[in-house]
Amino acid sequence: MAALLEDAAKGAHVERKTNKKPVKRYWEKTEDLKNSDQNTSHRSISTEKTADRSTATENTGSVKRRKGRRIPSGKQDPFPGEAPIPQEQLQKYQRGSKHNVPKGSERRLKEAIAWSEKVSELAQKQAARYDLLLPEDAGFLEGDEDEDTCRISQEDIADAVDITSGSKFFNLHLSQFGPYRLDYSRTGRHLLLSGRRGHVACIEWQSKNLTCEMNVMETVNDIKWLHTEAMFAVAQKKWLYIYDSEGIELHCVKKFNDVLKMQFLPYHFMLATASATGFLQYLDVSVGKEVAAICTKAGRLDVMSQNPYNAVIHLGHSNGTVSLWSPNQKEPLVKMLCHRGAVRSLTVDKTGTYMVTSGLDRKLKVYDIRALKPLHSYFLPAGASYLSLSQKGLLSAATGDIVQVYQNVWGGSPVSKPYMAHRVRGQVWGLAYCPFEDVLGVGHGEGFTSMIVPGAGEPNFDALDTNPYRSAKQMQEWEVKALLEKVQPELIGLDPGQLGKVDQGSFEQRHKERVDILGYDPLAKEKFKPKSKKKGRSSAGSIEKRKRKVAYEDHRDVIRLNVEEKVKHQKEKSSESQQLGKKSTLDRFRKQDK
Amino acid sequence: MKVKVLCRNPDDYVRETTRDIQRVPRNYDPTLHPFEVAREYTRALNATKLERVFAKPFVASLDGHRDGISCIAKHAKSLSTVLSGACDGEVKVWNLPRRECVRTIQAHEGFVRGICTRFCGTSFFTVGDDKTIKQWNMDPPGHGLQEEPLNTILGKAVVTGIDHHQREATFATCGQTVDIYDEQRSSPIRSFSWGVDSFSCVRYNPVETELLASCASDRSVVLYDMRESTPLRKVVMTMRSNTLCWNPMEAYYFTCSNEDYNLYTYDMRYLKCPVNVHMDHVSAVLDVDYSPTGREFVSASFDKTIRIFPKDKGHSREVYHTKRMQHVICVRWSSDNKYVLSGSDEMNIRLWKANASEKLGVLSAREKIAANYNKKLIEKFQHHPHVKRIARHRHLPRDVLKQKKQQREMKEARRRKEQNVRKHSKPGSVPLVPEKEKHVVAVLE
Repeated sequence: MAALLEDAAKGAHVERKTNKKPVKRYWEKTEDLKNSDQNTSHRSISTEKTADRSTATENTGSVKRRKGRRIPSGKQDPFPGEAPIPQEQLQKYQRGSKHNVPKGSERRLKEAIAWSEKVSELAQKQAARYDLLLPEDAGFLEGDEDEDTCRISQEDIADAVDITSGSKFFNLHLSQFGPYRLDYSRTGRHLLLSGRRGHVACIEWQSKNLTCEMNVMETVNDIKWLHTEAMFAVAQKKWLYIYDSEGIELHCVKKFNDVLKMQFLPYHFMLATASATGFLQYLDVSVGKEVAAICTKAGRLDVMSQNPYNAVIHLGHSNGTVSLWSPNQKEPLVKMLCHRGAVRSLTVDKTGTYMVTSGLDRKLKVYDIRALKPLHSYFLPAGASYLSLSQKGLLSAATGDIVQVYQNVWGGSPVSKPYMAHRVRGQVWGLAYCPFEDVLGVGHGEGFTSMIVPGAGEPNFDALDTNPYRSAKQMQEWEVKALLEKVQPELIGLDPGQLGKVDQGSFEQRHKERVDILGYDPLAKEKFKPKSKKKGRSSAGSIEKRKRKVAYEDHRDVIRLNVEEKVKHQKEKSSESQQLGKKSTLDRFRKQDK
Repeated sequence: MKVKVLCRNPDDYVRETTRDIQRVPRNYDPTLHPFEVAREYTRALNATKLERVFAKPFVASLDGHRDGISCIAKHAKSLSTVLSGACDGEVKVWNLPRRECVRTIQAHEGFVRGICTRFCGTSFFTVGDDKTIKQWNMDPPGHGLQEEPLNTILGKAVVTGIDHHQREATFATCGQTVDIYDEQRSSPIRSFSWGVDSFSCVRYNPVETELLASCASDRSVVLYDMRESTPLRKVVMTMRSNTLCWNPMEAYYFTCSNEDYNLYTYDMRYLKCPVNVHMDHVSAVLDVDYSPTGREFVSASFDKTIRIFPKDKGHSREVYHTKRMQHVICVRWSSDNKYVLSGSDEMNIRLWKANASEKLGVLSAREKIAANYNKKLIEKFQHHPHVKRIARHRHLPRDVLKQKKQQREMKEARRRKEQNVRKHSKPGSVPLVPEKEKHVVAVLE
C-alpha cells in the first residue's frame, strides 16, 4: 500500500515538473521527444529534466545517451552484479588461509598484503568459474530398486555402455609366465605387464596394440614406467634394468640389487626402490645418479606406496608398522603402528589426506595421515592382499581371486558393502587404476583383466600436465618443460608448501641477532616520556605523577591477566572437585577410558 | 541399472587439421597440480639464472672525441640525438641508432663545461672555460659554410654549468654566482649568491619550473626561486656535492652525488635529513641522472663504474663496468627509459641497456608474457636465500672489490668503537645517530 502511495506521489511530482515547460531552443524537436518520453518510465523524464537544468545546450545529446544505456523495454536487469559462485567450488580452489596483517605493521606491508589477497581472491574466483567449462562429467553406476550395484556383472555393464567403453572390459589369457604385475603410464594410454617368470610386455591397451614383448629370462619382481612411455624400469632377480619402449636394454643399474617394489616420483624424476635387503634407494632418472640409499633396518621391504601429494614414500613392515620416508633423512619421518600382524598392502589417495592399509590381521584401516589418526577400521574375512585408490577415491581391494571396489571409504559412516565386485581366474598379483579412465587393471595368475569401474577416473585432464591425446611434438615439449622444472629431492618433506611459508624460527633468531648488534631492542615498547606542559604543570612532582599514572596502567594490565588466570584455575579446580565428589569407592573397579 | 562410463571422443581433444594449433584443455583443480610451490620455486630459480645469463648490458661505444668527455646532453625532442662535450672544447652531435657522429663543432677553448638543449629542440647552449656562453643551431650549416654560433655571451668569470628553463626563453648558468639569463639579453636578469665562491651544477625543477637547485663548493646545496631576488634555503653537508638531479615524477625530491662516495635523496620541503642515503660506490660520485619514470637513477663515479639505484633503496641494483672504461665523468638516462649513456675519461661514450637482461627489439606476445611471468616469479621468491644469492651477485673489478671490503671493515670498526664507547659511558651521553642524520651539518633559510 505504502509503495503504491509512493508511486502516486512520484507520478504527481513528475506531472508537476512536466507542466513547467523548458525554454524552447531552435535546434530542439521538443514535441517528438516529449511524446516518446511520456511513454517510458518516470525516471527518464526526471533525468532529462536534471540534464536540462544543468546544461541546456547539451540537452538533446544527453537524453539520447541516457536512453542508449537503458534496456529498451525499461525493465531492470534481473541478475545484477557478477554471477554467484557456489561455496564448495570456491573452497576447492582455496589455497591456505588468509593472511592477517600484523598489528602496527608498516603501511607498505599492509598494502602489499591487501593487494596480494585481492589478487589471489580474483585468481580463486576465476578458477572456480572455469569449472563450468569443463567438458566431461564423471561416470556412475546406479542399480535399480532392490538391486545391489555389486551384483552387476562386468558383462552386463559392457553390454549396457557404448562399444568403445564396452571394449575396455577384456581378459588376456597368459597362463604360462604366471602371476602378472602391471603399471599404467601417467597419461593412461600405455600398459606394462610383467609376469613373475620373466614375461614383459608393453601394450597400447585401448587399441590393443603391442609395442614390445620379450622375456627377460629371469624372475621379475616389479615393473614401472619412467616419466614417458619411452622408458621403463624392471626389477629383476638381481638388479634393476631400464629398457626403452622397443625392449632394448638401456641400463643395468647394479647399485640397485634385489629390488622388490618400485615407485616413480614424476615431478622429481626419481625412482624409489625397496629391496629385499631392507634398503630404500632413490635413483634420479634424469641424470642417472643415486640420490640416497637408506638402510631402513626393517627387513624385507615388499609393501611400498608413494604419497602423490608430497612424494613421501610409505613402507609397510612385517611388524605391523608403516613408516614414512624422505630421501633427506636417514630416519623415518613418521613411524606408526597400524596392524597387529604384518602390513600386506597400503595405498595413499591423491590429495595426501588418507592412507588405506591392510594387514595379516585381516583388517582394512583408513588413516588420516595429516593428523596421523585412524578414521575407520573394517574387517574383511579373507583380508586384502592388494589395495589401490583411484583418482576419484574409489578403493579396490583384492581378496584372493576376488576384486572388490568400495566407495566413500573415508566418509562419515563406515561402508557396509562393496560398490562393485568381480572374480578373476587366478590369485590377484597386481592392481592398478588407469588414470583418466573408468578402468581397473587386474594382474593375476592367469593373465590380465581390465575391469570397467564407472566413476573411477578423473574426467577432465589438464593438457599442460598430462595429456592422453598429446602428439609427439607436444610430448617433446612437455618433456623439456618438465625437466626444467624438476623439483629437487631436498624439497621432499611432509609439507610440500613449506617453501612458501614464513620461517618463524629464523625470524626470532634474526631478531635476537639484531638486538645483539644494535645493543637494544628496536621493536621494544618505547619508554614513556611525559610531555612538557606549561603554566607550572611541568613541575618535577607533576611529571612524576604522570609517569606513575602510566606505570600503574601497565601494572594493572599485568594484575588483570593474573587475576583472570587465577579465576580460570579455580574454576577448573572446582569442576574437578565436583567430579571427585560424585565418585564412589566402587569407581576404582571401573574400566578406565584412557 | 543406470550406468555412465567415461568415454572421450578424440575429435574433441585432437586438432582437426595439421594447420590448426593444438588443443590444450585445462583443468585448474589443485589436486591435479601437486608441488605447486616447489615447482614454482624451481621456475623462479631458473628464471633468476637465465636473467644473469642474458645480462649483457653493453650495447655500443661511440668514439671520436680527442679528449675526455666532460658533459652529455639529451635532445629535448629527438630520442636518437645526443650531444657531448669534451675537455678540448669540442662538441659532437651523435646519431644513436647509426652510432655515428653527425656533426663536430670546435665550440670553446679549454673545457666544455656544460651543454643543454632548448625545450623546443631547435638550438642548444654550451658553456666553456673561455668564459663564454654560446647558442648553436641544432641544424648543421649548409655545405661549405662555417660553424658559427647563433649567439655568444661573454661572461666575467668561468661558467661551470648551464640548464634551460622548461617552457620560457630563459636559462640559468652557474660559476661564481648562479645567473638567470634571458635569451634576448647578454647580461643576466638575476644573479644569486650566498657567500659562496663557486658552484658546480645548476638544475631547473621539471615541474615547479621557476625553482632551481645548485651545488656549491662550500659543501652545500642551495635552492632558489627564479621570481625572488634571494635564494630560498640551503643545506650544508659534511662533504661537497658534485651534481644533482630532480626526480621528474615526484619533483619535490632531488638526488645529489657527493664526494663522500654516497648519493643523497632530499625532500625539498624538509632538508634537515635526507630521505635516503644511497651507498655502494667506492669513490667520489661525479654525476647522477634520473630515469624518466622517476623510479630509478643512474650514477657515475670516479671508481670507473656506473651504478643504477632504485630511488627508495639504499643500495644499487646494478653495476656496470668494463676493463677499458676509466673514471666516468658524466651519465644520462635516455628519455625512452631503455638506455643509459656514460661518458668517461678515455674519450668514449658508452651506451648501456638500463635493464641488463632485457631483450632488445620487437617482442612477440608470448615472449612478453614469458618475460612478465619470469619477472613476477623472481619478485615472488626474491627473499629465498638461493634466489637472492644468484640475483645479487655481480662481478666487480678487483680494486673496486678490494676497496669495498676495506671500507666495510673500516665502517665495522667505527661502529664497534662507538658501541664500546656507548657501553662504557653514562647512558644517553653517546646517542645513537642514524646514518641519515650523520651527513647534514646545517640547514639555512
